Amino acid sequence: MQKFVGVDYFNIESLLSEDEKMIRDSVRDFVSAEIIPIIEKYNRDGQFPHQLIEKMADLGLFGVTLPQEYSCAELNNVAYGLIMQELERGDSGVRSFVSVQSSLVMYPIYAFGSEEQKDYWLPLLAQGRRIGCFGLTEPDFGSNPSGMITKAQKVQDGYTLNGAKMWITNGTIADVAVVWAKLNGVVTGFLVEKGMNGFTAPEMKGKLSLRASVTSELIFDNVFIPEKNLLPKTEGLKNALMCLNQARYGIAWGVVGSMMACYDAALNYAKSRIQFGKPIASFQMTQEKLVLMLTEITKSQLLNLQLGRMKDNGTLKHYHVSLAKRNNCDKASEIAILAREILGANGILDEYPVMRHLANLESVKTYEGTHEMHTLIIGEDITGISAFE
Amino acid sequence: MKIAVCVSHVPDTATKIKINSEGKSIDPIGVTFVVNPYDEYAIEEALKTKEKFGGEVFAISVGGEANKETIRKALAMGADNGILLKDNNERDSFAVAKALAEEIKLIGCELVFMGKQSVDYDNSITGQLTAEMLGYSCITTVVDLEIDNQKVIAEREIEGGREVVESELPVVITAQKGLNEPRYASLKGIMAAKKKVIEEKPAFSVENVSEIIKMYSPPAKNPGRILGTDSSAVPELVRLLREEAKVI
Repeated sequence: MQKFVGVDYFNIESLLSEDEKMIRDSVRDFVSAEIIPIIEKYNRDGQFPHQLIEKMADLGLFGVTLPQEYSCAELNNVAYGLIMQELERGDSGVRSFVSVQSSLVMYPIYAFGSEEQKDYWLPLLAQGRRIGCFGLTEPDFGSNPSGMITKAQKVQDGYTLNGAKMWITNGTIADVAVVWAKLNGVVTGFLVEKGMNGFTAPEMKGKLSLRASVTSELIFDNVFIPEKNLLPKTEGLKNALMCLNQARYGIAWGVVGSMMACYDAALNYAKSRIQFGKPIASFQMTQEKLVLMLTEITKSQLLNLQLGRMKDNGTLKHYHVSLAKRNNCDKASEIAILAREILGANGILDEYPVMRHLANLESVKTYEGTHEMHTLIIGEDITGISAFE
Repeated sequence: MKIAVCVSHVPDTATKIKINSEGKSIDPIGVTFVVNPYDEYAIEEALKTKEKFGGEVFAISVGGEANKETIRKALAMGADNGILLKDNNERDSFAVAKALAEEIKLIGCELVFMGKQSVDYDNSITGQLTAEMLGYSCITTVVDLEIDNQKVIAEREIEGGREVVESELPVVITAQKGLNEPRYASLKGIMAAKKKVIEEKPAFSVENVSEIIKMYSPPAKNPGRILGTDSSAVPELVRLLREEAKVI
């Protein structure tokens, strides 16, 4: 197979710094060598490739924007975005693993944790010696997390936790869960550790998307949480939403990786597949599809880069992230469908990455805020009227 | 121990090469340059040796400003120092080796690694020339290496098999694929490399001993021919292989 060299029609490369390029290239090589050759098998078997954890930790992929004192690389947000993009070119499930570990576990511990919690957990999570997950969504409360039922009650030396969470990436394999529960009516963050009495995390089976990623339920049946495991700086749902904003930012970048994988597969296939005595790339309808794909990739790349620069200079708002997440996920799905069409019947085989990306993107479009919710977030911002509250 | 690793900045083998109109060099516009793949094994072995015995790794490259990118990659992988021996003119292997040898002598490296060849000109001679100029031993095409005090035991790839040779420091080792698995430049390594200064100095002045007089692309391949799909085509195939292709 030919070496993947990226998709860059507008020389966006020239807008990146030397280290941003080096970081992207290092992760790109890693994905080509370590993820792409094995991922179809794990996706088929519905297994997470555990052996990647240590390799990704060696490369330094967990919590990349956090300070060096916690064993992290302290990169800017554009570099973080480029890493997500390259990982998702491999697989959305693997990217999800890194997103959760970084944005939904390490970030809240860093932002809302005590010094002791940071000093203990962050280096272990950065080195991949501990795995984390994030519990906000409940079976009956997805887009509307403020209605959550999970409750914490103050008892001597700590809290008792009761309730259940659903759709939790990494849940079953996690050593620590950042769990959001109402304490006296206020949404508060807790660190729930594997093995605590009354805490179980069964894996959800039967997924036809993100098959190389673990998705779980978290069940809390009178779990005693010691005082030291409360995230002291959490003071409401907005803290949980701040975490989601980090993760959504990574998704906006990540799906461009899926787009590039699908476009690359479709372009190569179109040039080599002969029908009526010529490559199907010579047909106008195929060319139109390829052009549409390339156009949307280019637009998403430019959107992401400005999104990242704004995040780095502190002018980014949550609705900017919503716009990019909403647009890019939607276009990634469209591109995957077009790529599948170009590949014809071959498109449904896992010999090609397209159907896997297509199925994965259905989840990616839905999690961390559905397409509809992001529409309403932007709608609320531009009209000043909330359509859902 | 002071360890040198010599790195070459070469066109990516996946890039399409165009030759300049004067027919003596390639057109670098639009060409992606990378670390010479065999040099990556050399870097890895230098780092592994340092990790085992301690010391310092010097990544050295001869060429123009662009070579800094390749030196930077070696630094990101873990090399301690980067040195660019600057010369914007094309150098042949002899002139490259001379510049390397002078610098290695100056630093006092007793162990020198480089790829068995660089994938641009494929001369496969820089290692041997450098060793000769330094008066060091040289072991080429190495796939396994053991160092014990002054003693060096290396396994070489030879036609149809392997051979094990023994030598002593100081030595130049040229790396073959299989010597190790080069590490990825970690994110922390890349950020740390940013802080390291690449020392820049003019390459030792020396004349080339050879000159490129002509460079050209191989002729375009003719399209294949299908003679038939069953055994009846065999006699014709044999005739063509014998008379036209002249390969049997």
